[in-house]
Amino acid sequence: MTSDSTLAHDSTPAARDTPVMVKVDSVTKRFQIRSDNSLKERIVTLGRDGRRHRQDFWALDGVSLTINAGQTIGLIGHNGSGKSTLLKIIGGVISPTAGEVMRRGRLAGLLELGAGFHPDLTGRENIYLNGAILGLSTEETEAQFADIVAFSEIGEFIDTQVKFYSSGMYVRLAFSVAVHTDPDLLLVDEVLAVGDEAFQRKCLDKIREFQQEGRTIILVTHSMATVQNFCDSVVLLDHGVVTYQGEPRTAIEKFRDLLEEARQERLPEEEKRLGYTPGRVTGATARGRDKEAYTPIGPGEDVLITTEVEHDEPLAEWGVAIQVTDSRGNNIFSTSSARLGQEFSPLQANRRLQFTLADNHLGSGKYAVTVALVDGSGEQIHLRRQATTFTIQTATNVGGVVYVDTSVEDQGVVS
Amino acid sequence: MLRMLFERQDYTWVTLPVTSEGNMTAQDRFDALSHEPLQSVGGGTNKIQFFASVRDIFDNRALLDLLIRRDLKAKYKDSALGFLWTLIKPLTQLLIYWLILGKVLQAERNIPEFAIYIFAGLTAYGLFSEILSSGTSSIVSSSGLIKKVYLPREIFPLAAIGSALFNFVVQFAILVAATILIGSFPLSWRILYIIPAVLLLVILGLGLSLLLSAINVYLRDIKYLVEVATMVLMWASPIVYSWSMVHRILGDGIGMALYTNNPITLAVLGFHKAMWTGGGEPTAQEYPDNLMLSLWVAIGISTLITLVSHAVFRKLQGNFAQML
Repeated sequence: MTSDSTLAHDSTPAARDTPVMVKVDSVTKRFQIRSDNSLKERIVTLGRDGRRHRQDFWALDGVSLTINAGQTIGLIGHNGSGKSTLLKIIGGVISPTAGEVMRRGRLAGLLELGAGFHPDLTGRENIYLNGAILGLSTEETEAQFADIVAFSEIGEFIDTQVKFYSSGMYVRLAFSVAVHTDPDLLLVDEVLAVGDEAFQRKCLDKIREFQQEGRTIILVTHSMATVQNFCDSVVLLDHGVVTYQGEPRTAIEKFRDLLEEARQERLPEEEKRLGYTPGRVTGATARGRDKEAYTPIGPGEDVLITTEVEHDEPLAEWGVAIQVTDSRGNNIFSTSSARLGQEFSPLQANRRLQFTLADNHLGSGKYAVTVALVDGSGEQIHLRRQATTFTIQTATNVGGVVYVDTSVEDQGVVS
Repeated sequence: MLRMLFERQDYTWVTLPVTSEGNMTAQDRFDALSHEPLQSVGGGTNKIQFFASVRDIFDNRALLDLLIRRDLKAKYKDSALGFLWTLIKPLTQLLIYWLILGKVLQAERNIPEFAIYIFAGLTAYGLFSEILSSGTSSIVSSSGLIKKVYLPREIFPLAAIGSALFNFVVQFAILVAATILIGSFPLSWRILYIIPAVLLLVILGLGLSLLLSAINVYLRDIKYLVEVATMVLMWASPIVYSWSMVHRILGDGIGMALYTNNPITLAVLGFHKAMWTGGGEPTAQEYPDNLMLSLWVAIGISTLITLVSHAVFRKLQGNFAQML
């Protein structure tokens, strides 16, 4: 699939008429995975026979993009979707099998912080070396030197060999050099902020400053929060193909759907692996009251979680436990029928229990529900991880894990 | 840890004013950028052309300089004797050959000023073998950088040559000092032989380093092969024995021609002719006819080898990052 469109977004009106920064033209990257690794094997399987030992893996398949100056573009996708490969091709670290990438302006890559650091050299020597690696002349590094040291907060340790630095100092210095190279285009692979929280804040402020200065940022990340906070536009990759590009919110939703699909495909295998259990959770659905399953639920609505369980032999004492987790696997909420003080008649055939989460105040995002069938003593008989999912959609004026209806008013000058 | 802050969606942004006056505004930047041409990254699928590649290397000469310094500084950073180690190894070699071959095996009977003779040969050969061995492993040992940042990759073999040249200069200074000390500094036009001899070693070393460092990425056997080859080459050139001894045995046949026109032999002979006066008797040592011409022909051939090696290097480098 080839898609070509200019990524522009409302939040940066200037971005529309800015010069093209990067033009990716039907780029394809093939990796060959060989199963015959030793020289002997290769000679034995030379020629037509050898092809059977070779497996082609298309990391990128006909990707086309145009990125304009001043934009911040997020590349998202599951592991192995090709996003890091694309970033490396834009950076020129690896060359594409077919297609072409055009680029202008000075580039700085944050593919790995401190890649050019030599542990035996001092911080000072490494600043000059790393500056040169990122394209600064010695004079330019000299001019920036005081700023780099000040930003990194390394202070008196600047003349110490970097192998004696703590890992925090190391990345701080590396980050500091990278952001002082005056790049027009910054490539970032998962490292927008380093060090302790105060320093991270500084890093992120620096990135904001970069955005205001019209620098272009392409960033690969797994953090949807980063994407929402920073990006004007998002490219969603799936198996080396661009499946969506445009508005971050939509991209994130599509990405979560992709992840969900992949998870559903893996489910039966997981069941098989667990083997026989005397009872089991047969199904679960979650929906808002008066709503279809899988449609977004708003704040203040009741969330209804319906679970179905069965047991081969009649079971006198039993119960069901549920746990709601967010997209990063944090436990948001859990309960069980026993904790809610409910007992039921013996279980055998498929039974349905419904939990009502009245007046929910969950924050925006996708949530998964894990359901367990337990016996009278609370011992787990069968557990189904992420048996169902639901999506909460709140107004965009607040963020965070809970939704609170908030307002603000001017109360005048404090006397 | 790195992502910690981002997990909190409630992070509210305080927009910073762009303060410093030196900073470009966004519009300035866009204007400046629109005047720059769009350039193909890494040549795309088209092969990088020779001149573009040379210009790329030239643009990065400051980095090359820093990389050479880094190699030299880092090498002996934590050793007490530090830089002296660069000299201890060849001097020990000299001592062993002088003692065992010269004194015990009586090789010095036919070669006056045997110590200078050996040291001149060892200095020449040391330059070549260091270029070859560190050049060959230069790409693999810089994998950390190559996988993460785009730089013209030729920089790494070149940096290896740079630090080898530095060591050579120091060793050569000692050689000169030694000839002055024993009063046989070659005050003659013959010292000009040093120029083609060094050129030959460096150009041939560069060509082989480019070729072998690139192949070494795919086939790590190359590094070990080079180790063996440098050992063989040392004994295949007249460093601890004289060219005339071989001449006497082989006569004037094709074998002798092969032996003499081995570029290492030519360079070592050039060093002898330039730096070793043979105790004041110019006839003590025979040299092949037309040594100067042979040296320049060898330089010409080495230049061709280097150009071909560079073409191979450019072809192979596209896959370096994924093969390392």
